[in-house]
Amino acid sequence: MTKIDDSKELKVSAIQNGTVLDHIPSNQLFRVIDILKLNESSDAITFGINLDSKSMVNKGIIKIANRFFCDNEINMISLIAPNASVNIIHDFKVAEKKIISLPEKVTGIVKCMNPACVTNHQNIETQFTTTRKNNKIGLVCRYCEKITEI
Amino acid sequence: MPKSLISIQDFTKDEILHIMEVAKDFEKDKSQPILSDKVIACIFFEPSTRTRLSFETASNRLGARVVGFPDESHTSVQKGESLKDTIKMISNYADLIVIRNPLEGSARYASEQSSVPVINAGDGANQHPTQTLLDMYSILQTQGSLDNIHINIVGDLKYGRTVHSLLQAMSNFSPRFTFTSPEELKLPKEYKMFLDKKNIPYQESKNLLKHLNNTDILYMTRIQKERFTDPIEYEKVKNIYCLEASMLNNVKNNMKILHPLPRVNEIKEDVDDTPYAYYFKQAENGVYVRMAIISYLLGKR
Repeated sequence: MTKIDDSKELKVSAIQNGTVLDHIPSNQLFRVIDILKLNESSDAITFGINLDSKSMVNKGIIKIANRFFCDNEINMISLIAPNASVNIIHDFKVAEKKIISLPEKVTGIVKCMNPACVTNHQNIETQFTTTRKNNKIGLVCRYCEKITEI
Repeated sequence: MPKSLISIQDFTKDEILHIMEVAKDFEKDKSQPILSDKVIACIFFEPSTRTRLSFETASNRLGARVVGFPDESHTSVQKGESLKDTIKMISNYADLIVIRNPLEGSARYASEQSSVPVINAGDGANQHPTQTLLDMYSILQTQGSLDNIHINIVGDLKYGRTVHSLLQAMSNFSPRFTFTSPEELKLPKEYKMFLDKKNIPYQESKNLLKHLNNTDILYMTRIQKERFTDPIEYEKVKNIYCLEASMLNNVKNNMKILHPLPRVNEIKEDVDDTPYAYYFKQAENGVYVRMAIISYLLGKR
């Protein structure tokens, strides 16, 4: 019989191949699911929230089997989970760690904060270009030209 | 997508100078029916006096026919028609669309839906680029050049869209700015950062008289009641600047007073008869500048 090491017990079961999104703030996990449209996915997905980790309290984690994201897709979550880590898993091992970065353009996802903006009155998908000022992320609306701060 | 004019930054410095040259030609020869085969739609979702009439006058002087509406009360918008559908349809009727709509960003959206050029005639507090171009034309015509002008902008520097567009567009011509406003209506930080980045000198003042005598262009603005959420705040500042003829005894000979109009109390009527008043001529210039913009976007000039 093999010895079970309690400390290695995984709270969310391992995947053979796929993507693990770790260190997501727990309160943003469901938004990450929305942004990546995981609720429409047919892949096997497991997730956990309010887990302890060395680097953060209340972290969230999502494991998606057999799914690999392109950079544009994954960078969208930088708006709400800037410190998330992205691990590409092949054969139960981390094959690659990706660093997420702020995308140049953001389409949909975020609403414009300007109540007079046309996107808040007509059926229009929002479009923003991103700016970073004093470590604050700003989204410049393509339409009303106002900045929405994240 | 055809070239449209939605934001002043859609035009390069060369395009701005080109519009100025063409406008000069239209001022010399006011009726040039070069667009006699064109239909121009002027669609105004909120009322306007000067802007709509000057666009319609400009279209008529170019020989084009005008269709449209002066407010949305007699349109299918009342039945719940979307802006997208309205624009799709009108761009099938007309060769160019002039749009004013209080929703910010509506003109940019219209230009994406339209198969013909769109001119933004004001989208709420956002942009009003033809006003900026006629302001620049008025500066050029009164000062002989757009370069190295000392512009003193007075009044509502916080909400005034004409102020923000004017300083962005003039930043190509090494100006010097004085910003005269009460504390509550100071120029927002992002515009000061913009000027800093471009190394354009400016000073801020609360006193209208202090920098009057070395100003080339005195750009007066109305304190806009509709931009205030707190009526007490408005009452505090509404009559803070009131220019009178007696204040103009020692101003520079070339000094001219501009105002996007309508004015309320900020310029007394006795100023109208001084050689420095230029605001009515400025409004007239709007026709020539709009003639130039329309014919440029339709590829005729």
